[in-house]
Amino acid sequence: MSAGAEPLVEVRRLRKVYALSGRLFGRAAGSLTAVHDVSFAIARGATLALVGESGCGKTTTGRAVLRLVEPTTGRIRFDGIDVLALGPAPLRRLRRRMQPVFQDPYSSLNPRMRVGAIIREGLVIHGLAEGAAADARVRELMAEVGLRPEHARLYPHEFSGGQRQRVGIARALAVEPDFIVCDEPVSALDVSVQGQVINLLLDLQRDRGLTYLFIAHDLAVVAQIATHVAVMYLGRIVEHGPAAAVYRDPIMPYTRALLSAVAPPDPTARLQRLALVGDAPSPRAAPRGCSFFARCPHPRKDAECTRTVPALELKAPGHSAACIKEPPRAPVDGLIPPPLIPSVLDGDDIHR
Amino acid sequence: MTEPLLSIRDLRVTFATDGGVARAVDGVSLDLAAGEILGLVGESGCGKSVTAMSVLRLLRPPARIEPGSEIWLDGRDLLALPERAMRSIRGRRIAMVFQEPMTALNPVLTIGHQIAEVVRVHERASRGAARARAVAALEQVGVPDPDLRARQYPHQLSGGTRQRVLLAMALVLHPAVLIADEPTTALDVTVQAELLALLADLQRRLGMAVLLITHDLGVVAELASRVAVMYAGQLVEEAPVQELFARARHPYTQGLLEAAPRLAPRDGPHGSGGRHGGGAGRLRVIPGTVPPATAWPSGCRFHDRCSAAWDRCEREAPPSHAVDASHRARCHLAAEPERRAALPVALTGSVR
Repeated sequence: MSAGAEPLVEVRRLRKVYALSGRLFGRAAGSLTAVHDVSFAIARGATLALVGESGCGKTTTGRAVLRLVEPTTGRIRFDGIDVLALGPAPLRRLRRRMQPVFQDPYSSLNPRMRVGAIIREGLVIHGLAEGAAADARVRELMAEVGLRPEHARLYPHEFSGGQRQRVGIARALAVEPDFIVCDEPVSALDVSVQGQVINLLLDLQRDRGLTYLFIAHDLAVVAQIATHVAVMYLGRIVEHGPAAAVYRDPIMPYTRALLSAVAPPDPTARLQRLALVGDAPSPRAAPRGCSFFARCPHPRKDAECTRTVPALELKAPGHSAACIKEPPRAPVDGLIPPPLIPSVLDGDDIHR
Repeated sequence: MTEPLLSIRDLRVTFATDGGVARAVDGVSLDLAAGEILGLVGESGCGKSVTAMSVLRLLRPPARIEPGSEIWLDGRDLLALPERAMRSIRGRRIAMVFQEPMTALNPVLTIGHQIAEVVRVHERASRGAARARAVAALEQVGVPDPDLRARQYPHQLSGGTRQRVLLAMALVLHPAVLIADEPTTALDVTVQAELLALLADLQRRLGMAVLLITHDLGVVAELASRVAVMYAGQLVEEAPVQELFARARHPYTQGLLEAAPRLAPRDGPHGSGGRHGGGAGRLRVIPGTVPPATAWPSGCRFHDRCSAAWDRCEREAPPSHAVDASHRARCHLAAEPERRAALPVALTGSVR
């Protein structure tokens, strides 16, 4: 991404706090910060992958960007539009340009509708086509995602998982979006079918200039599609950079552990696992200081890590990490921080 | 191979469905030697789990194990045993761990109680002795504070710990054979890595034979000593793990290996220049999907997805050819090796 290009999507200090109401099994209610001051930007035509283990806040972040959940605070700009300031009607119009594709297309497709009607629905709602023109458009879309015209008459349950995901993608494409949030789009699919769907997403991106936010836990899958990677842990982005840099020279011990945990499909590979102790703490009871401290295998970790939450800092060009024990990899002084990581945040971007 | 511990002979399992008879497992013969980890791989719907369930005789109508099928253990055909005798084999000689640790545990009983129950059902153990065995089993699988954990309920444990509890429950009676059906698929990657290391360690220490069912070739490469590949209800290839990954002979196996996602980010100027991910290079995939079990294709069941197929493949079902003493492949190419020379590079060379 060149420094001057305006990103298509820009998220600043996004926060989502859930109030825990009532008493749950005798435990006093409190609040849970699912997403904690998350900032990132995605250039047009790029793919930012949001990776992390379950509960890290990646899905909530993706849904908040689409305003499928309302963020507690923060700012979201889409093509220069302040998304959180939009009322219901303009938001509905904007939704045409930003579409979701979900993990389980079975539960996100209406089981009582034929897939032709499912794909057609968005066209009609957004007034893009109707009648015979809409039917023709549905056939084009189905061909584009690799479905046959006769599939239009079938119901979702008559498809395999991979074909259902193609239906989900065709539905998203119908309204000609610029941006798609893909939430674990291939994790329910067989390996060979995963590749088919990733190839489809790559082709569509090339042909239509689509921008993706790709949410996934599988780093091997992410490697196939991401241009940039943001690693989340307990609601925060802890490392962020170009995919090649994050994969080849990970800075955060957590990122290194995630990468080392992936077993390569090669029995001669020597595994050098960086073991983590225990499980991720609950976001309900996030520890003080660095939230990764208890599990961190860093040789220089000490009490200093528990005093303050480490900031996400540039450690190499375009590559930032939240670890006070890792010095910069390359001189970054004098570099203009890319819009990915705003160093100076303007005002209080508070929306209620 | 030495005398097998568990021997499956011509296993056939059918399901009566509205769409006709599904031949889910169709003539599988497979040996498991003492002390080995045999990886059973293939896409969903190929018959892996039905094979495993047959060994434990856990299938219920409409599933039917066809006459002529045999499963030998300790000199007895398990399929000919009365249910009463089979009950003493489950858990004591053959145990199983499943993918979903939450549904396999009773939510209203403590985990110590549930493990002790296994002991008491199979052996005349006092309540106290069974309890002690349960705590020891938890300790063996690396659950910290086993005394405390034994008094807790499943919902109080993390996913990784629950999977350890299931492993403890499976191993408490020291079975000779452990069947692990996608044991780590539902877990986060760092937890998955820990579990795999634990499984390998326990297998070595206890000398169990393990039938490891998975779709993940990374898991197979890491743990298995031998691999059997299933497609459309049949075994299509079988070989020691290094041999299979280096010299797969069946085009289906080759396709699976090529489709397995690798950690290396795609080559190219990702994120560093003007080019983005779309079109940076497509993944190799196996075209199409597994056909329904009610209508396996004629001839070789893989022929319609196979880039190496010729007219013979459509006409004639290939037998399982011996490539060498320990390597078998169900492919006409094994009988007509000269055809391999004419194939595209991807199918003839070793896989990356």
